[in-house]
Amino acid sequence: MKLLLQNAHIEGIRFYDAYRKNGGYQSVEKAFKMSTDAIVEEVKKSGLRGRGGAGFPTGMKWSFLAKPEGVPRHLVCNADESEPGTFKDRYLMEFLPHLLIEGLIVSSYALGSNATYIYIRGEYAWITDILEQAIAEAKQNGWLGKNILGSGFDCEIYVHRGAGAYICGEETALIESLEGKRGNPRLKPPFPAIQGVWMRPTVVNNVETLAAIVPIINMGGEEYAKIGVGRSTGTKLLSVCGNVNKPGVYEIDMTISVEEFIYSDKYCGGIPNGKRLKACIPGGSSVPIVPANLLFKTAKGETRMMNYESLSDGGFATGTMMGSGGFIVLDEDQCVVRHTMTLARFYNHESCGQCSPCREGTGWMYKILKNIENGQGKLSDIDLLWDIQRRIEGNTICPLGDAAAWPVAAAIRHFRDEFEWHVLNPEESQRRNYGIAHYADPLPMVGAV
Amino acid sequence: MSEVQNFKVTIDNITVEVAPGTTILNAARAIGGEVAPPAMCYYSKLKDSGGKCRTCLVEVSKGSEKDPRPMPKLVASCRTTVMDGMEVKNITSEKVLDARKGIVEMLLINHPLDCPVCDQAGECDLQNLSYEHGSEKTRYEFKRRTFEKEDIGPYIQLHMTRCIMCFRCVYTADQLTDKREHGILDRGDHAQISTLLGKSLDHDFIGNVIDVCPVGALTDKTFRFKNRVWFAKPVDAHRDCPTCKGKVRLWMRGEEVFRVTARKDEWGEVEDFICNDCRFHKKETKDWVIEGPSVVDRRSVIAQGHYQGKVGMVKEQPRLIDQVIGKAPKLLMDIHSISDVNRPDVDLSQIEGPAHSDDFE
Repeated sequence: MKLLLQNAHIEGIRFYDAYRKNGGYQSVEKAFKMSTDAIVEEVKKSGLRGRGGAGFPTGMKWSFLAKPEGVPRHLVCNADESEPGTFKDRYLMEFLPHLLIEGLIVSSYALGSNATYIYIRGEYAWITDILEQAIAEAKQNGWLGKNILGSGFDCEIYVHRGAGAYICGEETALIESLEGKRGNPRLKPPFPAIQGVWMRPTVVNNVETLAAIVPIINMGGEEYAKIGVGRSTGTKLLSVCGNVNKPGVYEIDMTISVEEFIYSDKYCGGIPNGKRLKACIPGGSSVPIVPANLLFKTAKGETRMMNYESLSDGGFATGTMMGSGGFIVLDEDQCVVRHTMTLARFYNHESCGQCSPCREGTGWMYKILKNIENGQGKLSDIDLLWDIQRRIEGNTICPLGDAAAWPVAAAIRHFRDEFEWHVLNPEESQRRNYGIAHYADPLPMVGAV
Repeated sequence: MSEVQNFKVTIDNITVEVAPGTTILNAARAIGGEVAPPAMCYYSKLKDSGGKCRTCLVEVSKGSEKDPRPMPKLVASCRTTVMDGMEVKNITSEKVLDARKGIVEMLLINHPLDCPVCDQAGECDLQNLSYEHGSEKTRYEFKRRTFEKEDIGPYIQLHMTRCIMCFRCVYTADQLTDKREHGILDRGDHAQISTLLGKSLDHDFIGNVIDVCPVGALTDKTFRFKNRVWFAKPVDAHRDCPTCKGKVRLWMRGEEVFRVTARKDEWGEVEDFICNDCRFHKKETKDWVIEGPSVVDRRSVIAQGHYQGKVGMVKEQPRLIDQVIGKAPKLLMDIHSISDVNRPDVDLSQIEGPAHSDDFE
């Protein structure tokens, strides 16, 4: 089922005329006839959860927004999509910019934001142009500016380019950066809903979340909530990369199983070259990696589905997280140690340097992992790594500390034998990969020719 | 604020009443002694400081009277405000001590540990912290981070390798001076304090960054390598200064004034910021009206040897740790249990000439 990407194939959908012809901006027309509280109520009913990674219910987040008299409020769209493996927002903004603009107008109206910002990742330079063109088109046709549709509501959308920092995807760091300061996360409380941009109440939402407002308004919150399962309602975009036959962005309705998602031809199309699945990171680089034997079945033996609850079933001991939807697949030829080292290097590079555990610990973990990868590790290093990640996790201001600690923790938890093999066979580990061992894909080689 | 509205907060089984809006750290400081968490980046005189070093993490085992749920993570006590009926565990929580140990270890992995040549030694917060919470051996086996040397003016010496990124100096410059010219460059573990395009720090009150620096990253160039702080005698003095209050602490040896700093309270925070003129230029005894010896924390190395028997000079610290968990005061090591040479029953002064192991048999 497709809600967001159903028109993505239409030629010229990037531009206003084609978008409008295919039912675009209907939700704005509908929303402006509703009261702002009714819109928030619809979003609450829809059960929409934040698509940026944490999965916090959007309607609840909106209802927390403080509304003091005479103080402007702001909506900020978080388009700083920097998590390795995640590129769903890029696709959405590049091919359907008007869908985001439409969602932004409706949300701005619901939240009373007259100045709405899109904080876009600096590396997405060409998308900035696309968005700015879309905003100009929308303005030309009276969807933005003063007194939209005669409702008396004014709204302007500004695109703000970041300068290339992963940390600015964290909402308070994003706010600091938007204000023109150094992108360091703020301490919470106060939460952005009380004091955000320029100390005004602010809501920060992911691109996909805001785009999902459009189908919610069009079909109604209750209808939207019927899609999906349990508390995982609606559709979710997944960006698939790694060892699959068909990498790309897919929209799923969270009722399919992980197995089906990887192996069916409708989605990823299996692992190329007849290789077997070794491990998978289902939600962007910061969520725990899971070996194949825990990926398809939960520890309780149930089939693991592609939704928030099922993926996190079993906690971090045997489960993982939905995260931002950056689905990374590793086949039997991939080295988990090298992979973990790459991630540790990323988090070391992207730590903002405020909290001591994250600033010093990420670099330390990277250096140890580099040693192990290069055949200079010791067995005690593995325990040391565990100890370092344990002391970073939960002890920092923002979740980057956790994000840096989780991949290392999960890799050691599930692939300790591979780490030990690396340490004990320093020369062999430079020549070949460890392979698949006991955490093998429980299926026969599906997709093998 | 009337007393009825005060919040009751229990920290390490000791209850204290504080005004609403007080942070946990300040409530703990009201109790005093070992109950107060260490703070490397928080500075009560600087707005927005704190929350960064994570050494002040505490466990909140009961959120408040209304909502008794414990907080899921350890919280930074310097920025978390108290609630009525809150129960906090600091030194009674193993989790907190473990986390603190980890943080001290991480603060030290890239610290050069050049205390023998560092001017801050003896009054260094990081030294005190690692004495209390550090382990004797590091597990870090890599090259320590270094920075290129940078000259930031005639009065202040910057040693970036010693910096622990507390941001205090940036807040000081921001809030005390009108044209801040230094800040943080880069991010992560290669972030550094630097000035705008190699400019020197130049402002009447910029010398205060030396006092707020918890480590030896910013030191006084006019005092550089002149003396160890524990050989100098701190004396409170004042003068009629047109720019600041002129209440300072002189560090003297004999009649010579080696260094002038602001007066610090028992938490190592300055009482009044002083101007550069007082700090760097008035180094003659005749410039000052001397009030008398300063009160120094008796645990401080500066107190060693100077004030024996002088009541009132050395502030007595109640040993709250005894009543909190019934533990004996912590010693890094008991020399008598390790060495065969040092025995308490043999008085060294009774031995003629240098002591040998034979003298103790």
